[in-house]
Amino acid sequence: MTAPAVIEEEAAESAGSLTVVKARHPGRWIAGAVVAVLLAMAVNALITNPAWDWPVVGAYLFHPSVLHAVLFTVELTALGIVLGFLLGTVLALMRLSRVPLLTSVAWGYVWLFRSVPLILQLLFWYNLAALYKQISFGVPFGPAFFSVDSMELIGPVTAAALGLALHQAAYAAEIVRGGFLSVEPGQLEAAAALGIPRARQILRIRLPQAMRSIVPAAGNEIIGLVKGTSVVYIMALPELFYQVQVIYNRNGRVIAMLLVAAIWYLVLTTVLSAAQYYVERRFGRGLARALPPTPVQRARRILTVRRAARRQRLAANGGGQR
Amino acid sequence: MSTPMVDVRGVHKSYGPLEVLRGVDLRVQAGEVTVVIGPSGSGKSTLLRSINHLEKIDRGYVTIDGEFVGYRRSGDRLYELRERDILRQRTHIGFVFQNFNLFPHLTVRQNVTEAPVSAQGRPRDEAEALATELLAQVGLSDKAGAYPRQLSGGQQQRVAIARALALRPKVVLFDEPTSALDPELVGEVLEVMKALARSGTTMIVVTHEIGFAREVADTVVFMDAGRIVEQGPPPQVLDRPRHDRTRAFLSKVL
Repeated sequence: MTAPAVIEEEAAESAGSLTVVKARHPGRWIAGAVVAVLLAMAVNALITNPAWDWPVVGAYLFHPSVLHAVLFTVELTALGIVLGFLLGTVLALMRLSRVPLLTSVAWGYVWLFRSVPLILQLLFWYNLAALYKQISFGVPFGPAFFSVDSMELIGPVTAAALGLALHQAAYAAEIVRGGFLSVEPGQLEAAAALGIPRARQILRIRLPQAMRSIVPAAGNEIIGLVKGTSVVYIMALPELFYQVQVIYNRNGRVIAMLLVAAIWYLVLTTVLSAAQYYVERRFGRGLARALPPTPVQRARRILTVRRAARRQRLAANGGGQR
Repeated sequence: MSTPMVDVRGVHKSYGPLEVLRGVDLRVQAGEVTVVIGPSGSGKSTLLRSINHLEKIDRGYVTIDGEFVGYRRSGDRLYELRERDILRQRTHIGFVFQNFNLFPHLTVRQNVTEAPVSAQGRPRDEAEALATELLAQVGLSDKAGAYPRQLSGGQQQRVAIARALALRPKVVLFDEPTSALDPELVGEVLEVMKALARSGTTMIVVTHEIGFAREVADTVVFMDAGRIVEQGPPPQVLDRPRHDRTRAFLSKVL
């Protein structure tokens, strides 16, 4: 009987009159200081060294020819990703189908296009005209209705977009397939038991749930492709990397022009990363009990908490010591 | 005697060398509640899944309201139906899963309206009205906008029941509907099922809830090793079982 009474007394005392002193973390402060100094050194080295040629960077960052190149890079990326994921989705569905020939063709496609380096594939497409002078449309193995010159049909831009898309499709197929496989089998059973038509099962039940694992991987691919388009410079197409090369071959400001390109790649990937965050949020609906806050919401919350804490501290100081 | 709503005849089903169903015959009249009990591995769930053709059976046949499930009869031949037709048939058969299998990315209301709209082609406002009515029936009117993961297990299973009923099925199959639930949540699901039984819904329920069987069932079926060992009204099967295996099973679960 006496023991609980003693504990209660102690508890009452600690809650009322004892002051809590927070633990000190000198190690964290030292580590923070070291990193801050290193960061300052790095920034200083970037800004003060005249060899970086910042004025030239500034002059060319929004130069029309550079802006055109950025636009072309964006176009190539968009074409590669959209066509790549469309074809990739078809390949994934083929691979998951119950028709053996479709399964093996899809497997073979992924095997082939993942195995040959992109740069080689691009050169093949670029030189397609040397392999097949004419492309005919008609009955398979039968008469042709009309033919076109390969050169006309597949110009350098088409060759580049086609090469990127076909290569991308192989990766996209695996990502989409992985996403579909990640959907719990019970979901498909439920959809089948409800008699939901097959196409609707895929679009309404399977794909939205697959997207949760597709989006992060696809984000990687898109960002990879933004930079991957620079490979196209071997076809002398005016994308960003090729364009800055052209400029520095003329004006000799190699570092500055490479910086221009680097800055634009940074901008593009930053925009895409932010977009990815919100797309993921969209497909996360219902999968967590509550959606994680957006960065803006989080910042606002931290500010309110800080403000409340400060108010409390002021109140405590004012009341306790005087 | 009228034709039964559900007629299962000589159904056999094997998974490789394992024979799960060894000739099952079962008739369920319209408006009746049949409760299937038996030890795990006795083929209860497989039987239920065979009735709506989630499992393809090896021999025998199933008819619902006189229509062959999964097949079309012409003379003395059964032609396998295409998936599209099987899906259409399933809209007459409600199915409630042990693990609910609600669509987690759709709200409760969307879960309930999805199949009536996409599988039966009902107008959206009609499906919405029906969903409102059914959610009220299972006591979840205030959860229509919630996502399944925000609900308790018992609430999720009640949504799943509403979803199955939204097709206005001829028969509703329940596959151990309370087995995945915490004990204190079992009651709310059983209450919904009892109300459903009283309203004259044809039901086949695989369960371990003997109390539910006693109270609600018109027929209790005891299965073991892929066969129906005995069946009859609850007092007969549950209190005066004729077979040793039934007696042995009941002594363990009661």
